[in-house]
Amino acid sequence: MVLLISAFNFGLIFAFLALGVYISFRIFHFPDITADGSFAFGGAATTAMLVSGWGPMVATGVGFLAGMLAGATTGILHTRFRIHGLLSGILVMTALYSVNLHVLGKSNVTLSEASTLNKTWTAIVKKVVGDVERVDILGWMVGIQDLASLLLMVLLMMVVGSTLFCFLNTKFGTAMRGSGDNPQMILAMGVSDKLLLTFGLALANGLTALSGSLLVQYQEFADVQMGIGMVVWGLASVIIGESLVGESRFGLLIAGAILGSVLFRMMIAIALRCGLNPNDLKIITAFFVFVALVAPQWSRKRKTRLLVAKARVAGNA
Amino acid sequence: MLELSDIHKTFYAGTPNEVRSLRGVSLSMQQGSFVNVIGTNGSGKSTLLNAVAGTFLVDTGRIVLGSEDITRQPEHRRARRIGRVFQNPFSGSAPTMTIAENLALASRRGLSRGIGWSLSRSLREEIADRIRTLKMGLENRLDNPIGSLSGGQRQAITLLMATWVKPDLLLLDEHTAALDPRSADQVIRLTHEIVTRDQLTTLMVTHSMQQAVHLGDRILMMHQGHIVADLSGPEKARARAEDLLSRFDALRHRDQLTPAVRDLLELSYV
Repeated sequence: MVLLISAFNFGLIFAFLALGVYISFRIFHFPDITADGSFAFGGAATTAMLVSGWGPMVATGVGFLAGMLAGATTGILHTRFRIHGLLSGILVMTALYSVNLHVLGKSNVTLSEASTLNKTWTAIVKKVVGDVERVDILGWMVGIQDLASLLLMVLLMMVVGSTLFCFLNTKFGTAMRGSGDNPQMILAMGVSDKLLLTFGLALANGLTALSGSLLVQYQEFADVQMGIGMVVWGLASVIIGESLVGESRFGLLIAGAILGSVLFRMMIAIALRCGLNPNDLKIITAFFVFVALVAPQWSRKRKTRLLVAKARVAGNA
Repeated sequence: MLELSDIHKTFYAGTPNEVRSLRGVSLSMQQGSFVNVIGTNGSGKSTLLNAVAGTFLVDTGRIVLGSEDITRQPEHRRARRIGRVFQNPFSGSAPTMTIAENLALASRRGLSRGIGWSLSRSLREEIADRIRTLKMGLENRLDNPIGSLSGGQRQAITLLMATWVKPDLLLLDEHTAALDPRSADQVIRLTHEIVTRDQLTTLMVTHSMQQAVHLGDRILMMHQGHIVADLSGPEKARARAEDLLSRFDALRHRDQLTPAVRDLLELSYV
């Protein structure tokens, strides 16, 4: 049960990352590698703020803004200076590694002394339910902090997810989706596709950084390397989400990305429990995304081959 | 309404692939006029349209729309006043978005796009009303993605999108070339209806001599980056498709001669 709750927690935290990846990869069809850097940047910015005594709300907000800044930089490199999309992301991600070291001051920082969103929230929850350390859920004793965090993440995700859904339905948000779908069309409709892409990448990386910011507060330490492999992780969540909800409208796809993230984290937790070496986590994630990308092609080829074979049999008969 | 003066455009200048697409094109269009542009492949007719739309900036020359000099304006700025329909039926709309969403986007062309709801109930009704005028039965499929429509249907919708907010200038770039004959007829009929109803100033590139003869009030013939003929008034009214074709043949024969022979012949016979 403890494992389940913590998997849910991690899954929801990474779901913000999945939303970011969904915006850049799926809405804009832009292979945005910045996420690896901005995830750590969000975490680092929040950590630095918390360590120097700022409140958790402000620190989390600054984490989000830091990510937006990183995303906007990638967008400007790509649209203004015409650098290949993939390369713009790599440039910003690489630069952010140094920035993160400077922001953190050293390669890892603990937050056990600082106040965090999770600690503040747990204190509030304790005031409501009384000062207990563990709660009995179906016979398992679960730490109140984990439960409170889970509640916080669910609430936060509901707010962010529905705000994103509403935003994508506004005039500006519709233009953003149109721009990703067909840039030529949005130009003919009198909006700069470059501006929309830059804003979209800023938003995507803001969400990614928010994910990093929430992660450092939950696990109470920040590491400069925490962003490695985050793009692939987010992509895996989005792909799982798509297979859950199918080819449908973006509202369901947003929900799918969130569910996908939780499910993916759950699968990883189970695999680790069954004795998977944590060092193999990234290669397994990468392999998973590979299979998810290639499997549809294979099944399509197989289908055509079957059809051709059938037609040939019919022809001979 | 639209004034082009001495427009030049060369692609890949200074390389072996250099193409001098526009070599001094000047054109003056009246408000409410409908001008057809015809020409051989590579004559520069589509390039002319794209120069006005702002797909690229011209090398020299001036483009004035109404009272505004738009020579240096980026494409999306010009699009606030210019409606466009492309040759490729897939270019003008967003395939994964619904019919209603695409038209909602078009309803804000040239206007601000804030964070208000994009599809209000009243806008939906207006969209359904305007789509009904297409007589394609699409008003019941407002929530289907545009990608599920046929080329002709998409082109009709694109035309509706380009003219939803009345543009100062409508650019049609061989917008029926990729359609089957029946859909092409339908789209041309629709074009005629909308342009006459809203009295739109229109510049249409076409490959079809029939369209050029039957539609509009003026024909421009382009060849090798120049406007070689400009028919309007009674001359346009008398023009037949065969006449236009024979003019093209004459141009082609002329091209087969070397410049020296051409000059000599012109000197002695013209």
